[in-house]
Amino acid sequence: MIIRTFGITKKYKNLTAVDHIDLSIEEGEIFGLLGPNGAGKTTLLSMLATLLPPTEGTATVNGYDVRRDPGKIRSSIGMVFQTPSSDDILTGRENLYLHALMYGVPKEERTKRIEEALSLVDLTERAGDLVKTYSGGMRRRLELARGLLHRPKILFLDEPTLGLDPQTRQHIWDYIRRLAEEESVTIIITTHYMEEADSLCDRVAIIDHGSVKALDSPSGLKMKVGKSMIKARAERPDIDSIKRLPYVAGVSLEEGAVAITLTEAGAHLQEIISYLGVVSYVELREPTLNDVFLHITGKGIREESPQEWTEAYVRAGSG
Amino acid sequence: MDRSIREGWFWMNELWGIYALWYREVKVFLREKSRLVSSTINPLIWLVAFGGGLGASFSVGETTYQAFIFPGVLMLVVLFTTIFFGLYVVWDKKIDFFKEVLVSPLTRTSIFVGKMLGGCTDGLIQSGIIILFGPIFGITYTPYSLGITLLFVLLLAMGTTSLGLAIGSQMTSFEGFGLVQSLVIMPLFFLSGALYEIGNLPAWLGAVTYANPLTYIVDGMRGALLGISSFPMALDLGVALAYVVLLVAIGTISFERMT
Repeated sequence: MIIRTFGITKKYKNLTAVDHIDLSIEEGEIFGLLGPNGAGKTTLLSMLATLLPPTEGTATVNGYDVRRDPGKIRSSIGMVFQTPSSDDILTGRENLYLHALMYGVPKEERTKRIEEALSLVDLTERAGDLVKTYSGGMRRRLELARGLLHRPKILFLDEPTLGLDPQTRQHIWDYIRRLAEEESVTIIITTHYMEEADSLCDRVAIIDHGSVKALDSPSGLKMKVGKSMIKARAERPDIDSIKRLPYVAGVSLEEGAVAITLTEAGAHLQEIISYLGVVSYVELREPTLNDVFLHITGKGIREESPQEWTEAYVRAGSG
Repeated sequence: MDRSIREGWFWMNELWGIYALWYREVKVFLREKSRLVSSTINPLIWLVAFGGGLGASFSVGETTYQAFIFPGVLMLVVLFTTIFFGLYVVWDKKIDFFKEVLVSPLTRTSIFVGKMLGGCTDGLIQSGIIILFGPIFGITYTPYSLGITLLFVLLLAMGTTSLGLAIGSQMTSFEGFGLVQSLVIMPLFFLSGALYEIGNLPAWLGAVTYANPLTYIVDGMRGALLGISSFPMALDLGVALAYVVLLVAIGTISFERMT
């Protein structure tokens, strides 16, 4: 276990941001913290990154206790903030150089690692330009590369695609997958984008009001609470037989189509179709993480302004 | 790993980190040409317009008024450059690069030292430019006078950057900037004898002036450059050193407690 938390808790005056969370994260996995803004994800991340001291409980990161050895933890983690944290008056390469200096990357390796990191995120050609001329996506890529420069064991990504357009978001996901493969680093990612958690993460913890409401692989989560639905137009459906199938929750007729709800998501399509007879149209809808989230928390994702996030970091600086 | 090796490695990293922060500040300073130009023009206006205008009907002994206030204007340059450099840490805290610095393995003390040296360098570059203009205003340099002047500039810059960083690290918004200017910079400057002799001041003004550490810094520079001074050089240097030690200590503690 590269990260373990033991009842870790963060209380502010009249708010419990993180409420006795116990988590174990394995080495090499991409672990997602999914929840609405304000759920406590960033606070949890800040405590793991030793930017904030826990009010109660503790955590070990890479074998070190967040309360006792913050310095050692900081050397073994990389952090990519959700708001830009590169210096826009410096060039991309200069930003990486400063990072290499601050994290004690040995002198003889600096240039090599900087160039490698730049090419990993396809920024070699723009590395000599000032960061203020970069697009939002380029800047995020630079910060991803920077987070890995000192070869951390763990990389924390706080909302890595917040505010990016869908196409750029896809690109960033590709880069994150590439990093995970080529650098074999454990990645902890917070997000409130369902698709992001679904497509990137090996396991996802759904967090709401400061505690973990569910924890599994994305497909596991969907299996547990989700229901597949088959909609079909058929000439002579054997509705009674379909109803007796063990995995069928209900059958209804809607506007000449049969709607079959399944208790579990899965591969029963063939058998069901055999009871439907000649079929002219079939639609299978898989559950999404959004359905899971709605099921577990009883609501959708809340929105919050970016300003409040900045405040969270200002608070986080107190550690 | 042997304990002493590990500690040596730790200090090496801290030094590289301090270097990184210093490098960043100097790069940024040199890249923002407009700031450099405006903070050069300001003191020159003081010397040409204020010094020239008042000097037309007023001189201090054998010395022209322009030459007399030259050390004071030099101090003004350093004061403004370094205190505002320090105050900008308020801005740093909110955005961009500083988050990255705070999450790095560097200790708060190293972060403070790196910033402080960065501000010092800015102050030295800025005052160096003004020093180059000195001969126009009747200042002649000897290795001794130049050396002593630069030493005072350095000490002043170290202390004042620390003061700015200390205040800035405890502020939460820019709103306090004006207040710092009227309650800190202006009194320190005007009550330091930068613009007048302090020998025959009314008692209350004299008391305040004698309590102002900057009085001794101007006095030291003026002694070295023009041979006009009210205190022994050793006292001037001693006060300047005390100013640095006190403010660096306050700055370090403020950074440790920064939220």
